[in-house]
Amino acid sequence: MPDPTRRDRLLGVLKTVTTQPIPADDDKSLFESGLLDSFALPDLVSAIEQEFSIKVPDRDLNPRKFDSIARMEAYLEDHAR
Amino acid sequence: MPAFLHAFGMHVPAGVVTNEEMAARVGRTAEWIEGVSGIRERRWAVAAETGVADLAVAAAHDCLGRAGANALALGLIIVASGSARPGFPGPAAEVAAQLGLDSTPALDVPMASAGSLFGMVMAAEMAGHFGDVLVIGAEQMSAVIESGPLDPNTAVLFGDGAGAALVSVRPGRWEILDAVLHSDGQYRDALAFDWSAPLRMNGLSVILQASRKLPAAIEEVLARQKVATQDVTVFLLHQANQNLLLRVAKALGIPADRLFSNVARYGNTSSASMLIAAAEWSQASPPAGHVVFSAFGAGFHWGALLARST
Repeated sequence: MPDPTRRDRLLGVLKTVTTQPIPADDDKSLFESGLLDSFALPDLVSAIEQEFSIKVPDRDLNPRKFDSIARMEAYLEDHAR
Repeated sequence: MPAFLHAFGMHVPAGVVTNEEMAARVGRTAEWIEGVSGIRERRWAVAAETGVADLAVAAAHDCLGRAGANALALGLIIVASGSARPGFPGPAAEVAAQLGLDSTPALDVPMASAGSLFGMVMAAEMAGHFGDVLVIGAEQMSAVIESGPLDPNTAVLFGDGAGAALVSVRPGRWEILDAVLHSDGQYRDALAFDWSAPLRMNGLSVILQASRKLPAAIEEVLARQKVATQDVTVFLLHQANQNLLLRVAKALGIPADRLFSNVARYGNTSSASMLIAAAEWSQASPPAGHVVFSAFGAGFHWGALLARST
C-alpha cells in the first residue's frame, strides 16, 4: 500500500540530489527525463540509505530499481521499515 | 614471503588531443567534456608509434631505469591490457622480445582498467618463486575509440599510455602488506568491447557499482590490516573520471587531495592509469606512510592493495 509519508520523504531525498523540478508522473524515467545522471545516482542511493536507515546491498545496485519514483517506492516498500 | 615495490615507470605518447579537438569531433563542447569527466586533454599514439607493446616497453625501460634493474634479471613479466588486438600471442611475448628476453616467462592479463592491480597482486604472490616481476599496464584506447563511429559519451574519456611496477621479494621502497580482489561477471555486458562493434558502456551501472565497490574494497583491505583510512598517505586509484574519484573520497571521508589525480592530463588510460599515477606520485618525493592502490573495471573486476613505505 502506498505510504504518503514515505513518498514525501523520497521526494525530499530527490530534491537533495537535483535542482530540477520533480516530474508529476511517478512512472516517468528520472534518467531519460534528465533529472538524474550517472553521478547523481550514487548520491541518490546513499541519500536513500541515510533517510530510510537501510543498506542497499550490491546485488540491488541496478539503476532500473531507482529509475522512477514508483520504482523507488516499490523498492522501499520491500526494504524500508 | 613478503613482497616489495621497488619502482614505478610510465610512458605516454607525445600527441596531445585537447578537449577542443574532441569536442569538434563528437559535437559537444570542451566545457561539457571537462564537466562530465574532469578531463582536459589526453594522449593518443600516432600510427608511427603504434601498438600496446611499444607503449609497454617504453614504460618498462622507465621503470627498470628508476629501479636500477636490468631486464635480463627479471624472473617474470606480466602485461595487462584490455586494448591489445585479439588473437594470439598477446602483447606480453612481444614486450619480452623487445626487452631482449628469450626465456623469461611472459604472462598476458587481458583485463581493462583493473588489470594492473590484478597483475600486481599476482606478482606479489609469484615473486617468491620466479624472482623479480615487472608488471605493466599498457593501453592504446585510441584504437578502440576509432574502431567505429565515435560515441560522445565514451570517445572523450580515454587516452593511451603505459605504466609499470617492479615487484620483488628483495627489500624495496614499499612493502606490500595485503590485497583484496573481486569479480562479478553478472555485469560483464555493462562495459564491453570486442572489436566487432563500438565500445559499450552502461554509464549508470558502471558509475553506481564503481562508486560503491571501490571504497568497499579499500575499507576491506584497511580493516584486515587494522589501518585507519585517515592514516593512509595517498590513494592511487585507477584514473577513470574525476567525478568518480571525488565520490570515492567522499565515501571514504577523506580530503579529495588525498587521492592522487592526473586524469585531467591523460584521460582514462584503463589498465595503465593506476601505474601512471603511481609513477608520477613516486617521482615527486612523496612522504612516507601507507599507500593504497585500487581499481575497478570491465568485468566487473575490482580490488585494493595496501603497501607501506619501508
